Amino acid sequence: MNDIIKPENLVYRKSKLLTDRVFHYCPGCGHSTAHRLIAEVIEEMGIQEKTIGICPVGCSVFAYHYVDIDWQQAAHGRATAIATAVKRLMPDKYVFTYQGDGDLAAIGTAETIHSCNRAENITIIFINNGIYGMTGGQMAPTTLPGMKTSTCPYGRDVELMGNPLKITELVAQLPGTYFVTRQSVHTPSAVRKCKKALRKAFENQNLKKGTSFVEIVSNCNSGWKMTPVAANKWMEENMFPFYPLGDIKVPTE
Amino acid sequence: MEEVRLMKGNEAIAEAAIRAGADGYFGYPITPQSEILETLMLLKPWETTGMVVLQAESEVASINMVYGGGACGKKVMTTSSSPGISLMQEGISYMAGGELPGLLVNVVRGGPGLGTIQPSQADYFQATKGGGHGDYKLLVLAPASVQEMADFVGLGFDLAFKYRNPVMILSDGAVGQMMEKVVLKEQKPRWTETEIRKMSPWATVGKTPDRKQNFITSLELDSAVQEQVNLRIQAKYRRMEQEEVRYEAIRCDDAEFIFVAFGLTSRICQKSIQLAREEGIKVGLLRPITLYPFPVKPIEDLTKKTKGMLVVEMNAGQMVEDVRLAVNGKIKVEHYGRLGGIIPSPVEIVEQLKIKIIGG
Repeated sequence: MNDIIKPENLVYRKSKLLTDRVFHYCPGCGHSTAHRLIAEVIEEMGIQEKTIGICPVGCSVFAYHYVDIDWQQAAHGRATAIATAVKRLMPDKYVFTYQGDGDLAAIGTAETIHSCNRAENITIIFINNGIYGMTGGQMAPTTLPGMKTSTCPYGRDVELMGNPLKITELVAQLPGTYFVTRQSVHTPSAVRKCKKALRKAFENQNLKKGTSFVEIVSNCNSGWKMTPVAANKWMEENMFPFYPLGDIKVPTE
Repeated sequence: MEEVRLMKGNEAIAEAAIRAGADGYFGYPITPQSEILETLMLLKPWETTGMVVLQAESEVASINMVYGGGACGKKVMTTSSSPGISLMQEGISYMAGGELPGLLVNVVRGGPGLGTIQPSQADYFQATKGGGHGDYKLLVLAPASVQEMADFVGLGFDLAFKYRNPVMILSDGAVGQMMEKVVLKEQKPRWTETEIRKMSPWATVGKTPDRKQNFITSLELDSAVQEQVNLRIQAKYRRMEQEEVRYEAIRCDDAEFIFVAFGLTSRICQKSIQLAREEGIKVGLLRPITLYPFPVKPIEDLTKKTKGMLVVEMNAGQMVEDVRLAVNGKIKVEHYGRLGGIIPSPVEIVEQLKIKIIGG
């Protein structure tokens, strides 16, 4: 056994930027993986001293406890307005927001659209799990038709409650977005793809060509009232057909 | 260098912001203060001092941009008028909770609702009693001239950073629109990142190996800890009450009666004093310059040698409550107010003094 534990055999280690604090996220939730990827990307790019994160109101409100960089906690929905100011005041910094679907696509819709339309040179990371996790599982702007939540207990009736908002496709239409992609973190290969997309979204800030937007379709096994394994299966079968994975807008040159 | 100019109160705010070394302005147009954003866009300070100027999509976005800039230890500001300031209240509360500096200007118009675009002082309660949710205060400065509009920008930034708390300049549509001579201060340099890291070690400008991460938040789920946060913030307000009370006393030495008025109405009361004294009525003026912290002691002291106070405001009776608390029943305190954007005349104020205080 001791023969195996050698530096040359190391295939994985925890990012130095991930703190030792235990995640408050439910076991199986995608947030923890997304946090890890962000920590790894910042560490690998060597930009810890130049990065400011803006975290939302929602499950990831405490993101600042887990990734060892400077953070600001935003009022509900306003992360991209804050990021706009931080980036414009300090253009040499890397500035990103980390927001859930209620934050980015409901209460913060105006800020999201206008920040992207102004081509703010920031990275927006959008976790879409189709539900309000922190407040206990209410309907989100991205809740699927027919999907049950505590405020649509008989399933989302689009006649009554309106349609899910595909905000990622919407922002891709705006001239200010430079890179728009939809990823997931539910399998090892998805994690690797997502990390590449996040790295690109951070590196794009050097080009000063507009907003990079990474949606991560994720699960909420507690809110969906499923085991983590069942939640991931349900996500593949129901979320992915409605929110297909892949790049939506890529730089042309 | 210093410069003497004839300009509007709103224009003076814009000029003074650049000269104070402001790093950023974020705002949304609303009458009667749009000249501030217009003047900044004309002056293009991003080409000279490097100051950022951005027209945001809403007042909600503007105040959160100020939150973001303040959290980076930058001198940032927004300006608006009453309905826009109402929209900002959540963000202002977050700034107070996150203990962030920032300068806010309310060029007040009449309300409620869309109200009128004419001048008013009806936002006194909102400015001085918190405004948004939770136990917090703004330090509130009330300019009565274009000169003070200019001077309070630099003072406001200084106080905001001294206390890590948002500061509000509570003006009104008349002070914003009227033109007067103003002496503009010389250009101050903007702070460098090195200076910010030294002066504001809490600022989120990037974690370096020599310090722990900085994070700005107003969230604390443990009530015992949140109470300590509240007590710390309250202690700051007590310190403001000790150190920052500003007021002006005009002809109070021999006065039998006192006008208490701030901002525009204090200017009108000066003419009323002249008219009343021509009739042999000895009246003076106590003008609060800081509305919070309120000049409690100076007003209390005046009760020892005067017979009554008339509080003149362009609202239905707001500051009068603070005057009555300071007077505590020792002498008569009455209120005279005009509403809906009406500015009271010097003559009617003298008449009201006779009716409500002298004759009453």
